[in-house]
Amino acid sequence: MYTKDGEQYYVVDAHIALWDARPENQRNVHGKQFIDCFYDYHRNLSPESETWGYEEYLYQGGERLMRDVFVDGIVDHAIFQPARLAEFYHRGFGQTEEAFALAQAHPDQLTYNHYWDPRDGENGLEKLRENAERMQLKGVKLYTADWHGESRGWKLTDPMAYRYLEVCRELGIRNIHIHKGPTIRPLDRDAFDVADVDHVATDFTDLTFVVEHVGLPRLEDFCWIATQEPNVYGGLAVAMPFIHTRPRYFAQIMGELLYWIGEDRILFSSDYALWTPKWLVERFVDFQIPEDMTEYAPITTAQRKKVLGLNAARLYDLHVPEHLRLPEADETQTGPREPAAADLASV
Amino acid sequence: MTAVLPDLAAVSEQAVRAALGTVVDPELDEPITDLGFVRSVAVVGAGDGAHVEVHLRLPTSFCAPNFAWLMVSDAHDAVSAVPGVGRVVVELDDHHDSELINRGLAAGLGYQGTFGHEAEESLDELRATFTRKAHTAAMERAVTALLRLDPAVDVAALTLGDLPAGEPTTEALLRRRAVLGLPLDPGAPVLVEADGTRPAYDAAAHFLRRARSVRISVDGNAHFCRGLLTTRYPGSEADQTPRPEDRPLLPLEVRS
Repeated sequence: MYTKDGEQYYVVDAHIALWDARPENQRNVHGKQFIDCFYDYHRNLSPESETWGYEEYLYQGGERLMRDVFVDGIVDHAIFQPARLAEFYHRGFGQTEEAFALAQAHPDQLTYNHYWDPRDGENGLEKLRENAERMQLKGVKLYTADWHGESRGWKLTDPMAYRYLEVCRELGIRNIHIHKGPTIRPLDRDAFDVADVDHVATDFTDLTFVVEHVGLPRLEDFCWIATQEPNVYGGLAVAMPFIHTRPRYFAQIMGELLYWIGEDRILFSSDYALWTPKWLVERFVDFQIPEDMTEYAPITTAQRKKVLGLNAARLYDLHVPEHLRLPEADETQTGPREPAAADLASV
Repeated sequence: MTAVLPDLAAVSEQAVRAALGTVVDPELDEPITDLGFVRSVAVVGAGDGAHVEVHLRLPTSFCAPNFAWLMVSDAHDAVSAVPGVGRVVVELDDHHDSELINRGLAAGLGYQGTFGHEAEESLDELRATFTRKAHTAAMERAVTALLRLDPAVDVAALTLGDLPAGEPTTEALLRRRAVLGLPLDPGAPVLVEADGTRPAYDAAAHFLRRARSVRISVDGNAHFCRGLLTTRYPGSEADQTPRPEDRPLLPLEVRS
């Protein structure tokens, strides 16, 4: 829980990882390229006081994760969203057993989501059933640009992906987190395109699709789909730290999201260990749309509470103490949220 | 008296860089020279045998390989067309597909030959998608610039003649329209899709809002990519030129 100016916020970090990118786990040059890319994101977008050294960035381990994520008691709950990356790392990037054990040791503070990949075929379906039972899965993280043998990506609309989504529905795995990446066959078209999310959201209305990184670098495509599909959410992983280096860009991201999809479908995430949640929560609570951006309404305290934790708590059935809750919102399910605030005149 | 011959030794680095300045990152809608993506240019020899070697670099190892291919192959074409240039080598450094792309380009394999089963037809549709987005963003910038001067303006009725002539945002829109073959006369409506379709009158505000989300996306990506390049390659900020004045609407306040 975070307290500021007499307001109390229940905080869920909806996207964390326990990764191992140390050289001994790197399968090839791509393992190094991948973590170096993350580290450049980290260095480029972090305040100096929050910037880590390269060595400590490669692996944190469970003890440090608990300290980093839950420091000062600000974050109430965090959700693992692992990436497999088996073609880049011998034991994968996300450390399944280590993270799962940590979640078992701290069930009030951690939820472990696992992943699946439709290219694992029938065996993978069996494995998903096993994992769902053993890990009590409420959600999965899907990385459509993961490499797999000759393949460098898949789509949610692939027939086998539908089989997996049907099993998710059957097993009560309701939260489907999706991360788009740069490689997918065919390369003819834009790999970041989120049109396949549109299809599955229509075909699986009882599942929730959380598009991580709010679709960046295709924020506009994401907003357009999410405004029409009430079961599509946006995760703020990677978008959050712009609050420091590029606050006006962050204001526009938030302004667009609140306009197109509304305050009930946006989830706070640090993307730990890319960044740590403490400073992001503190900045977000203090953040306001700049006054000269009159096309966007100011962000309200209730909106901050929803984004920081209440929305994710609803998706994951987390127990929110009575005094930290808000009355149920009464929002339109689709379409732009605040057309009255659509002052076109300024940016 | 000897004939005045063109100076065959004059394949300058400057000429090569000028040619590279015609190559655009389709996603960010800016020349690769302005973005700092040109790492080095070397010209060896003269006359028909001038050998040019260009190295390109991108903000991350995992920038999309299809966009990387477009820029690298466009760079190869542009440099090859410089008078006096003989052999051309364009290489992409430090990318997850560097080896594949550099080998494919050197062997003249083309997009399909380079990417094999991952390439189905061509990258024309990808290029067209981002040409459309570049127009949408330019349209929004031009209209918003006008709205700042006159908030009461009727955006649905706007024609090109209503936009302030000579303004960078107006000129940029006209250039994007020319690329798409859209009419350029003063009576032509401003708010149009890339195929010339106009939104319904009462849908104009919504149309502009949607265009705004495209513009924010393009500009935000451009700023982030520029920043990441300088993080990845210290000193590369010296090779970047500021984002042009025809897109001033996202004031860039960058803190370290």
